[in-house]
Amino acid sequence: MTQSVVVQVGQCGNQVGCRFWDLALREHAAVNKKGMYDEALSSFFRNIDTRSGDNGPDIYKGKICSLKARALLIDMEEGVVNEILQGPLRDVFDSKQLITDVSGSGNNWAVGHKIYGCQYRENIVEKLRKTAEHCDSLQCFFIIHSMGGGTGSGLGTFVLNLLEEEFPEVYRFVTSVYPSGEDDVITSPYNSVLAMKELNEHADCVLPIENESLFEIVNKIHQMINSGKLGSTVKQNSLVTSSAGSAKTQVKPFDAMNNIVANLLLNLTSSARFEGSLNMDLNEISMNLVPFPRLHYLVSSLTPLYTLADVNVPSRRLDQMFSDAFSRDHQLIQADPKHSLYLACALLVRGNVQVSDLRRNIERLKPSLQFVSWNQEGWKTGLCSVPPVGHSHSLLALANNTCVKPTFIELKDRFMKLYKKKAHLHHYLQIDGMEQSCFSEAVSSLSDLIEEYNELDATKGGPRVDPSRLKIAV
Amino acid sequence: MSIVTVQLGQCGNQIGHEVFSALCSDIRGTHGLCSKKENESYRDSCKERFFCEEESGVPVARAVLVDMEPKVISQTLSMAARSGHWKYSNHSHFCQKQGSGNNWANGYSVHGPRHKEAIMNLVQKEAEKCERLGGFLTIMSMAGGTGSGLGAFVTQCLRDAFPTSFILNHVVWPYGTGEVIVQNYNSVLTLSHLYHSSDALLVHENDVIHKICAQLMNIKQISFRDVNQVIAHQLGSVFQPAHTAGGGSGYSRNPLGDLMEALVPHPEFRMLGLRNIPQMPESSLPYSTFSWPGLLKHLRQMLIANAQMEEGIDWQVRPPHPGSSIPSTNKPLHFNTSIANLVILRGKDVHSADLGSFQDPSLYTSWLNPQDAFNAWKTPRAFNKYEKSAALVSNSQFLLKPLDSIVGKAWNMFASKAYLHQYTKFGIQEEDFLDCFTTLEQVISSYTNL
Repeated sequence: MTQSVVVQVGQCGNQVGCRFWDLALREHAAVNKKGMYDEALSSFFRNIDTRSGDNGPDIYKGKICSLKARALLIDMEEGVVNEILQGPLRDVFDSKQLITDVSGSGNNWAVGHKIYGCQYRENIVEKLRKTAEHCDSLQCFFIIHSMGGGTGSGLGTFVLNLLEEEFPEVYRFVTSVYPSGEDDVITSPYNSVLAMKELNEHADCVLPIENESLFEIVNKIHQMINSGKLGSTVKQNSLVTSSAGSAKTQVKPFDAMNNIVANLLLNLTSSARFEGSLNMDLNEISMNLVPFPRLHYLVSSLTPLYTLADVNVPSRRLDQMFSDAFSRDHQLIQADPKHSLYLACALLVRGNVQVSDLRRNIERLKPSLQFVSWNQEGWKTGLCSVPPVGHSHSLLALANNTCVKPTFIELKDRFMKLYKKKAHLHHYLQIDGMEQSCFSEAVSSLSDLIEEYNELDATKGGPRVDPSRLKIAV
Repeated sequence: MSIVTVQLGQCGNQIGHEVFSALCSDIRGTHGLCSKKENESYRDSCKERFFCEEESGVPVARAVLVDMEPKVISQTLSMAARSGHWKYSNHSHFCQKQGSGNNWANGYSVHGPRHKEAIMNLVQKEAEKCERLGGFLTIMSMAGGTGSGLGAFVTQCLRDAFPTSFILNHVVWPYGTGEVIVQNYNSVLTLSHLYHSSDALLVHENDVIHKICAQLMNIKQISFRDVNQVIAHQLGSVFQPAHTAGGGSGYSRNPLGDLMEALVPHPEFRMLGLRNIPQMPESSLPYSTFSWPGLLKHLRQMLIANAQMEEGIDWQVRPPHPGSSIPSTNKPLHFNTSIANLVILRGKDVHSADLGSFQDPSLYTSWLNPQDAFNAWKTPRAFNKYEKSAALVSNSQFLLKPLDSIVGKAWNMFASKAYLHQYTKFGIQEEDFLDCFTTLEQVISSYTNL
């Protein structure tokens, strides 16, 4: 069994990360009735014998004593991390896993990347090494951050670089929250584009998330509940936005949205942690969904958003789950994969679903989806027997699809609007190590990426010409 | 003679477990429908082939379990132990922490060499437990990373370490519409490598077995367990003891050798397909009666018309007229030409079954005498509660279309260079791919021109 380490950077990263750890504990508590520390738990948690204090030895088998998250919490302001340490999750982290500063990055990628990066480099490497040492077989780093600010964006991508240098064999999955058009941080386009270059070059897989989509999902659920159509029959803890049943008692405004992202990560790793008839490990995700190194942006969708209390699910409802996964309003970015070109698609099903259900739905949905000519049957599937809390089954769809293109084009446009006027540029250029070329290289990297998607889109709908096969002399 | 089974990857281990379960439950059953002496002889022969006796009395499967991640093996071991009727040895498995990531190159070039010694040690130990080693059966899928890549590597190692033993690879072909996106690459790499080291490939296609589950077994929500159990039943019908034609009074003592001798006259042609009749839900068995003429008529037409199961057979397909030399391009459409066939009959009145129709020369290529091209094994001992059952192992054009389809899709992807970077980073280069494509196009060409 392998382990993964979560590196949460910046305000957004830490808030989402916090929700992740909370829901992870809830999920394991639901499955692990005997309180024994098992392999599934060890993927994200250490088990420490706290009788000798916080520095106690790891217990690898036997009863759960004290669980510690395999995480690194990084923020250049103290507010968010302090709150976590005073909240119900305080025992899950220890002081050795935190790197904080006081003044923040001022929404400036360069401050995060160049100044704090340089300043905290050794500290970060040391803490990463320590965390890795506690792992038997470290498979993956999950970075959670936002793109629009200074710390998550700048320092987060600095850490990404570090991870590639120090741990080249370990996968790097990045969950990035992209800024929306109405983002109140004026310089978010700069920060995002500068960060994109790093993601292009150093990440194995990126799961882009847009707040607008999360917000729409939250609203949709609110409406369904308040309209009385469902009444009180919705299982509270099944809501993809809910913290019900977890340690958290106070509800904060972004919690619902952050829970969605937390659930995404839980579902992504479920097949690696729990058993099933067709396992899908993290290295398989990268292998199957990344046909060319730079095209590693995966659009994700989670269904169902909630479960009704009656447990008997006719297969009609199961099929609805599959349909929903491909609908526009279940995607976690503002994109419509159905009307764009698929390079590859992965379906990770959890719970009481069998291979025939999977096949039936793939057959049913295939005709309405467009796949690139060289990957007509580009499906990767996984079946995990353990459903998420409150559900009898669930589906995570990951698509490598050209529908990410509009997000990137918009980002580039917003960037150019500022850059042409050189607005706010001096805040960046005055930082040691920052030059104009950083900007031009970053936007050029983004343009190249967009161009690669354009080339693929150009093949859409054209006549299918299969390359001729090798001829053998008889 | 004993067969050592090597279960590779998730698929290999899941199927392997069902196979040993099926074998064990068959010999424990009381539905043999034959004399007590026959039954005992059958049971002893099966036990010698597949199980080892331990002091506790519980038969121990002659198997080595290999996987690059621990979840499946631990499940497999515990499920077997829970049955109470058989188990795996506690010291015959090898696993690692992190799987092969569906990457053939990772399985073959990284895991293979790294763990060769440990794995081959386990195989050696199992081989030594056999009084007489009859050969190896490997069970693997070709879509993933471990079964396929590591499986190909292990097969090579088996060939090097046991140059005179028979090696039969049981290979599971994935669903056509993806289980794994790079499955066609992995398949091409696996098949071409196996072709060089093993004696024969016995193939099951998920799509075919799925249809059997849906249409014949009437299973509503088909799970992989259901699929694996059908596969196990079909394999059991081949590997359970049977009397070969000239074999004297006892059960065949060299099952793998006999299989190879019967079916693989030429090294270019090693792909074996498997059909079984009848196939139905267990609950229907008490209400069904079978006759050998009926079963064999269907089985023969399944062979000729390349039908996947006993329903939906195309009865219009006929063999070409004998006596006329017909170039392959003029042969009747959809007619499945055979190089060699083996039919295994089990159950009541088996000696009355007339297999003459299978010896029709028009079914075969002209290279072998029809007497040599066709073999039959029989036993009066019924298998797995079927009063009468027949299995057909065929070296014919059964797998031509599926193989061609896989190679075509893989080539299509290769031409766009998609995913190649995932393989090159573990040492499999474009030239290696080209070699594999060449090998398989050759195989396709050979089978097409029968």
